[in-house]
Amino acid sequence: MPKMTVRQLTKVFGKQPQAALKLLEQGWTKEQIFKETGQSIGVNQISFSVAEGEIFVIMGLSGSGKSTLIRLCNRLIEPTTGSVQIDGEELIGMKPAHLREVRRRKLGMVFQNFALFPQRTVRENIEFGLEIQQVPHGLRQEKAREALALVGLSEWENAFPDQLSGGMRQRVGLARALANNPDILLMDEAFSALDPLIRKDMQDELLELQLTMKKTILFITHDLHEALRLGDRIALMKDGRFIQVGRPEEIMTDPADEFVKKFVEDADLSKVLVAKHVMKRAEAITPDKGARVALQLMMDNGVSSLYIVDKKRTLLGLVTAYDVSLAINTGESLETMMKKDIPSVGPDARLNSLFPLMADLHVPIAVVGEERRLLGVIVKGAVLGGLVGKVNPQQGAEVMPHGFRA
Amino acid sequence: MDSVPKLPIGEWVERIVEALGQHKGILFDPIAIIISGMVTYFTEVLAAIPSVILILLFGALAWVFGGRSSMFFTLLGLFLIANLGYWDETVETLGLVIASALLSITVGIPAGIACARSDTFTKLVMPLLDLMQTMPAFVYLIPAIFFFGLGEVPGVIASVIFALPPIVRFTNLGIRQVPPELAEAADAFGSSRWQKLMKVQLPLAKTTIMAGVNQCIMLALSMVVIAAMIGAKGLGADVYRAVSQVDIGKGFEAGLSIVIIAIVLDRISQHAKQKERKAL
Repeated sequence: MPKMTVRQLTKVFGKQPQAALKLLEQGWTKEQIFKETGQSIGVNQISFSVAEGEIFVIMGLSGSGKSTLIRLCNRLIEPTTGSVQIDGEELIGMKPAHLREVRRRKLGMVFQNFALFPQRTVRENIEFGLEIQQVPHGLRQEKAREALALVGLSEWENAFPDQLSGGMRQRVGLARALANNPDILLMDEAFSALDPLIRKDMQDELLELQLTMKKTILFITHDLHEALRLGDRIALMKDGRFIQVGRPEEIMTDPADEFVKKFVEDADLSKVLVAKHVMKRAEAITPDKGARVALQLMMDNGVSSLYIVDKKRTLLGLVTAYDVSLAINTGESLETMMKKDIPSVGPDARLNSLFPLMADLHVPIAVVGEERRLLGVIVKGAVLGGLVGKVNPQQGAEVMPHGFRA
Repeated sequence: MDSVPKLPIGEWVERIVEALGQHKGILFDPIAIIISGMVTYFTEVLAAIPSVILILLFGALAWVFGGRSSMFFTLLGLFLIANLGYWDETVETLGLVIASALLSITVGIPAGIACARSDTFTKLVMPLLDLMQTMPAFVYLIPAIFFFGLGEVPGVIASVIFALPPIVRFTNLGIRQVPPELAEAADAFGSSRWQKLMKVQLPLAKTTIMAGVNQCIMLALSMVVIAAMIGAKGLGADVYRAVSQVDIGKGFEAGLSIVIIAIVLDRISQHAKQKERKAL
């Protein structure tokens, strides 16, 4: 069961939401409804679900309704219609006392402009949620200190928010949300007010925390790079609707429409694409086939080097055409001639991390999976191709090593 | 215009006041007892403290809240009043002002909170506040005397009517000025309305509310002369007497004392503005 399920969630701003709702059901557009009734559709019949431990990023420009959407999810803004379920429990129509309880136990929120309480110290800010739950003072302090340690601000517990830098303030904001130990984090443009470098640090930190915390995170941003870095899945939002929902590479390589396409054109593909997207079939051979077969294979495929693998497709080494001809002349086996120290990366290595490797090498880079199983090979041309949008259509599909027939 | 008969507003008010007056005992005596009890209490407590010690206490307060120069002014000013021989009257005036301010705050802050919560309530209350501030004091002194008789009680009532509006307005403003994100944060963590009010809104509105309290004290003080005209004691009574006897010297001394008290109370009650932490 998904942690959080949202169905047909709609928010109409104005005094006659029901009139607008009726027109919406009849298929009128947002503009038509505004012209006819003066009611403005903030969020338009959105449905999605978020799995436990998933980072779901909602990306859109300002005015797209994304901030409204996240506030509908914890009813800071009252939805006009629709359903929000957390752990199968319906939030819409829930009694105020019950809703408060859900907010206290299950929902943490981090705000764009931090929203720290200026008259409270850092520690008192972090204690806020626990204070609201009437957790005893000692336990509260202890938990607040733990949360502070998580974000690396232990020595600042008695400072006031106005004494901290932007990045530190948002760490406090994050710690405040984490102190309650909620299942779900709602992050509303949490890093947007920070400098680019600090923003990147915070993203890394969030991802690192997420490795151990495994929270379900709903993250709002207007920054595509941020969405691509953080999101397990991304929803692109425009005019109160989702245009496309998918994994980062799906959005990058297969934009649903012109709007998404324009959006992703500016993005740096090297930060999104990973090795498996651009790798090619690897020419490989088991050592028992012998040097002559190897040479034939190289000539057939027009390549100057060949990977050596065992029967389980474990990568053993690489031979070049020179090595093979030497082996034929001297009668040595392929195994003795091959180079064992060859460059290799995992299938999920980002392209931008490959650039330094490629600059120094004259041989291709092997892509290996678990137990050094050979998956494919990356040549320089493929990386460049990937950067201009030519991506291996078999995305991560296993490539059988040539000359290996079971 | 002449074809429309005159609306009998005056008669209506008279009739209402008369009707209320018939139940004077039940309606107004408890109020009178509370108010006169408060004034007597504060006056007697202040009078029980020897003047030198009370002056030093005020000096200490001024030092804590206003700083060193406020302290010097307070000490010099209050000793001057004592030297001129107006100390007893000053204490009576302080009793009146403290009672009026306290009543205004007790009524005004909850009313201000109610305004901040409800636009409808604000729309109802604001014209009433305008009326209270602009209606000449003498107009409501007449029924006040009718209900409460002469003395300090109608004086306090008049002061409260005049000094209450700024507290309501500033409390309303202070709470409405709390950044919406902070109120949202309080909600998002599951605060009840009471928790949000006590832990977020009131602490953040404190500076603004204190400005209202400051205004309230100043306005209450400004009513002492008018209160004196209907029998309240204190410095106002001296000013009133000086006016009726055309005694320029006495009038100036008593007036100067009121000014000194005003500045001292202002410096002490203004403190909160400096210790503010800015919202982010």
